[in-house]
Amino acid sequence: MKFAVIVFPGSNCDRDMYFAVKDQLGAEADLVWYKEANLANYDGILLPGGFSYGDYLRSGAIASTSDVITQIREAAEAGKPVLGVCNGFQILLEMGLLPGAMLPNEKLKFMCHYETLTVENADTMFTRQYEEKEKIQIPIAHGDGNYFCDEETLQKLQNNKQIVFTYDQNPNGSVGDIAGITNEKGNVLGMMPHPERAVEALLGHDDGLRLFQSILTHWREHHAINA
Amino acid sequence: MRKVKIHITLKEGVLDPQGKAVHNSLQSLEYNNVQDVRVGKYMEVMVEDSDNLEAEIDRMCDQLLANPVIENYSYTIEEAG
Repeated sequence: MKFAVIVFPGSNCDRDMYFAVKDQLGAEADLVWYKEANLANYDGILLPGGFSYGDYLRSGAIASTSDVITQIREAAEAGKPVLGVCNGFQILLEMGLLPGAMLPNEKLKFMCHYETLTVENADTMFTRQYEEKEKIQIPIAHGDGNYFCDEETLQKLQNNKQIVFTYDQNPNGSVGDIAGITNEKGNVLGMMPHPERAVEALLGHDDGLRLFQSILTHWREHHAINA
Repeated sequence: MRKVKIHITLKEGVLDPQGKAVHNSLQSLEYNNVQDVRVGKYMEVMVEDSDNLEAEIDRMCDQLLANPVIENYSYTIEEAG
């Protein structure tokens, strides 16, 4: 399985993401500059954290208009796994692949620490290696992580089991304590916490590694069936 | 050439922590008559005139300048001098 880590001007978690899938997961991966991207030969798309285009206008807004976005949309439509972390989540919201929008944290502070998350849906291609309702430790690092959507959208997210991760102690004011959601089809995941920063027990926690393992085992099964 | 003056504001019901912080600061300066503050954005866009300029500005706002999930927008079009 081959991953593309998309690098925008201002991405700064791209190397962590690359390390997670290449060195810790043992999959193939490339860092792909957004302007030179040809995503046809990749099996999974990873949008890393950072501050693409300096967060100008709104976090993720400028990146969501770049040419590579069309290819990311095609990959998502083809059912490939697309994971957006932090700024990557903000980009997925701005391009409309996921519903809702991001607001500044309730207390206006940039927050950088570990949070306890609950795995609300362990039946996705991103979370199958977790137990339902399992508590995991994943770090957050954001200023605009206050997820917002209207009542109707929230209801829909709940009914479709699209809420995958919630915060145990909501740090930023997100509606429904939401930390991560998928699209309806379940192959696009956006989350504010950074699983790629928790893939090595020696460096703190490795609760994030199983997210990447989930993607890989799902892909292997799918491709074994096709072969 | 036209100058389009665009105001982007947070929708009613969307929390505005920045506005709240500004409100608190005004209160600490003893402006106790201030009831509420909402912070938005103001943009000036210089654009060539066309027959369907308004429709085009609407599209610009919906596609990029505002996020319709959380923001409203309004604008005026002026002769650019």
